Amino acid sequence: MSSQTTVDKVAAGIGNYADDTAGASKIVNGFARKIFPDHWSFMLGEITLYSFVILLLTGTFLTFFYEPSAAETTYTGIYAPLAGQTVSEAYASSLRLSFDIRGGLLMRQVHHWAALVFVAATIVHMARVFFTGAFRKPRELNWVIGGVLALLAVFEGFTGYSLPDDLLSGTGIRIADAIILAVPVVGSYISFFLFGGEFPGQDFIPRFFTIHILLLPAVMLALIVVHLFFVVIHKHTQYPGPGRTEDNVVGFPLFPVYAAKAGGFFFIVFGVIALIAALFSINPIWAYGAYDPSPVTAGSQPDWYMGWLDGAVRLMPGWTEISAFGYTLSLNIFIPTTVIILFVMGALVAYPYLEQIATGDKREHHLLDRPRNAPTRTGLGVMAVTFYVLLWISGGNDIIAHIMQLSINDITRFLRVALFVLPAIAFVVTKRICLGLQRKDREKALHGRETGRIVRLPHGEFIEVHAPLSDLERWTLVQHEVQRPMEIEDRVDAGNPDTLYGRFQRRLSKFYFEDRVEPVTPAEVEAAHSHGELGSDEEHLAVGDKENAAIGTSQTLHG
Amino acid sequence: MTRTLTALSARRRHPLAVVVLIALALLLVGGLYAALAPRAAEASTATASADDVETGKKLFLANCATCHGLNAQGGGVTVNGDTAQNPGPSLIGVGAAAVDFQVGSGRMPLAQSGPQAPKVNKIRFSQEQIDQMAAYIASLAPGPAIPTEEQLDVSTVNDEQLARGAAIFRTNCAMCHNFAGKGGALTEGKYAPSLDEASAKHIYEAMLTGPQSMPVFNDTTISSEDKTAIIAWLTQDEKRPDPGGLTLGSVGPVSEGLFAWIAGIGLLIGCSVWLGMKSS
Ligand code: HEC
Ligand code: HEC
Ligand code: HEM
Repeated sequence: MSSQTTVDKVAAGIGNYADDTAGASKIVNGFARKIFPDHWSFMLGEITLYSFVILLLTGTFLTFFYEPSAAETTYTGIYAPLAGQTVSEAYASSLRLSFDIRGGLLMRQVHHWAALVFVAATIVHMARVFFTGAFRKPRELNWVIGGVLALLAVFEGFTGYSLPDDLLSGTGIRIADAIILAVPVVGSYISFFLFGGEFPGQDFIPRFFTIHILLLPAVMLALIVVHLFFVVIHKHTQYPGPGRTEDNVVGFPLFPVYAAKAGGFFFIVFGVIALIAALFSINPIWAYGAYDPSPVTAGSQPDWYMGWLDGAVRLMPGWTEISAFGYTLSLNIFIPTTVIILFVMGALVAYPYLEQIATGDKREHHLLDRPRNAPTRTGLGVMAVTFYVLLWISGGNDIIAHIMQLSINDITRFLRVALFVLPAIAFVVTKRICLGLQRKDREKALHGRETGRIVRLPHGEFIEVHAPLSDLERWTLVQHEVQRPMEIEDRVDAGNPDTLYGRFQRRLSKFYFEDRVEPVTPAEVEAAHSHGELGSDEEHLAVGDKENAAIGTSQTLHG
Repeated sequence: MTRTLTALSARRRHPLAVVVLIALALLLVGGLYAALAPRAAEASTATASADDVETGKKLFLANCATCHGLNAQGGGVTVNGDTAQNPGPSLIGVGAAAVDFQVGSGRMPLAQSGPQAPKVNKIRFSQEQIDQMAAYIASLAPGPAIPTEEQLDVSTVNDEQLARGAAIFRTNCAMCHNFAGKGGALTEGKYAPSLDEASAKHIYEAMLTGPQSMPVFNDTTISSEDKTAIIAWLTQDEKRPDPGGLTLGSVGPVSEGLFAWIAGIGLLIGCSVWLGMKSS
């Protein structure tokens, strides 16, 4: 007992020291007893993390046997359809790894499937964070770090795809070179610098190897550590519910419950990926053959996460390549690649700050939004997803044309229009759906849940009996606050409301919050109750609506 | 021949009956012409006899002349002011190989209009009849012959030649037919078909004659031995194993990506939801 207290004292001492010097007590304490809320969508980040770990493990195995060299050699391995071919050391060693090293092919396939799952999980995780508003203060910086991680993940995947030096990787690098060359003015210099001279040359394989196994993984690992560190410091967000506030976290402690669960989940992720890798072939480099600049195969596609850029290039009309004064400006490549990447990354990084301008809200948020309660944000998110998916479809246009027996030209013509029309429609429809769901929630909070039981009143009218919600159930439906468009006096950083920024802020705020459903106020619930039998009367919503909206306003906090 | 005629009589009321009737009427004239006219060239099929050419011509007039012209000179035959909807090209000089390929794969006689003549499984002619028509076309002008047994014999191809064939395929064919011969889309609804089902003879003939959008690969572009090597690689599945497991259609990263999302992410999210349910 006494030794226990000594330990405690020492620990407290260290804790105080750390606290004083670095404000670290939060972290140390926080880590041991950190509470993790439980929800399946919070495990998406874990899937991402675990597939990254799997990539590190299998990738290390692969480096033992892979030869990063463009030197020529004659293939003498067991795969007959390549017998006697002149190939690069890189390709030959990848084949050896696939055919002659025990477990090598499985490792290659686990590595590649894990890469596809990793990037996919990153995107899904990002979508979760976006649609629930988890990027709001204080997590904006972590969102930005996440965005950088997503970009690096794509580059990491691409450099890996290029290493085996098979036909597809060669085609991919060639396109990458074209993308670089299309950058005005500096393009050709960058290309020469990257490839150590004229494309493809001998240098790029060892260079890409270093980038793929050392540079990017190290940077990503560091960023992931910072990312998780932030998750711990900020504490995890939670979905709204009874007993959950902006100031607490309801869930399980990290040790031991969550750690055990997370450890188990790692093996589930590993198991699923290993199962897929054991059953399904991926990147059959032996079938693609060695890289040689002349051949191209039908269905030369990049891995899926680059597919949207490939799709953008396929949609871009060719006449956008401009030649003047002996120079060629390849806007047809430059716009759908470099410009789009910069635009998307810019929008991604800027989003939390843009939304902050619209809300004028500088408070911290630890309770997540239900997506329906942020209709404009949700609409914008679905719009972005639609845009992305359309580009993705365009990237596979030849495969789709072949399988569905359509004309590739028709698909392209359709997508050129759809790319601008469908996202806009998606935005409007999503927003409407969100508002509709909010109205339904409102109804439910006031009148209870529909039971499906129809009763005939004495005077002959039929009504449906509504069962009242418990207070706990109602809480989830009414807890959110509703933002309203900013009035001049609302602007926190008052200043001159007629500055350019001030007008922009009000315009943005109007765009975000003009359409809204007023939240249910306690007064309304009271009124619904005092009407006697809750929910049996259709009228009081209509009556209550206008009057209580005013009460709603006075209770809504503004920035 | 009889079979064709029976089929024709059964379809007397068919809109095309008039066309066919006229063709039949012309058959006699045509037959006479063929018999009297000097031989344009030696039929390249060694076994073709004058009889075969004769029967072939009759078959041609009955089944093909509406689109390819009475003397295979191309352009449709005009009947009562109606021109054939799909006038075909001249067949003079296309050779026996082209006829054998087109009719033997069911592409000809062309059934419906579309971006390109599709391969049809139901072949309307016996091999003998096809050979006869081929002999007739070959008799008009020299052209690529039907490949010999020897040219199609893949048993002599060794590994190194096989590898060479595979490499030539990747350089010359994969851009349209995909690296594994699974086919791919071309412009405006045209497509390079999957080669999974193609017979050795048709592969050889396709290279020789370059059907539709496909270029011709004559013996100076790809030597006869190399053609045999390509066939060896394409037709012997056991020589090009897929050690990685199920191939998801061998169409490249598109199906892999789709699979990673649907099966990979789908399954993992399923597990997350399941675990999430367990705890609450
Ligand atoms: C309905 C019209 C039609 C009929 C009937 C028809 N063809 Fe054709 N044929 C065409 C067309 C059109 C083409 C050109 C196809 C293409 O290239 O897309 C063609 C192409 C061909 C070719 C390929 C020519 C080349 O340049 O390689 C051959 C050989 C051929 N036909 C033989 C025949 C034979 C033999 C018959 C009779 C059994 C026949 N066709 C019946 C319309 C027809
Ligand atoms: C420009 C694209 C293109 C290239 C290159 C090409 N093909 Fe084709 N190939 C086609 C098209 C289009 C067809 C369909 C023709 C038709 O339906 O009449 C075809 C048909 C074929 C067929 C017939 C398939 C069947 O189902 O009957 C074979 C066999 C074939 N090609 C083999 C080859 C080989 C071997 C090479 C390389 C030496 C090659 N092709 C190169 C476009 C191409
Ligand atoms: C390399 C890829 C990444 C890894 C390994 C990773 C890992 C994680 C993990 C394990 C969590 C905690 C669990 C969870 O909330 O899901 C988390 C939270 C978070 N991630 Fe990521 N992440 C990655 C990429 C991203 C990206 C691309 C973004 C957004 C652009 C992002 C933004 C966030 C944010 C804001 C949180 C806090 C969420 C909250 O507290 O609710 N992350 N990340």
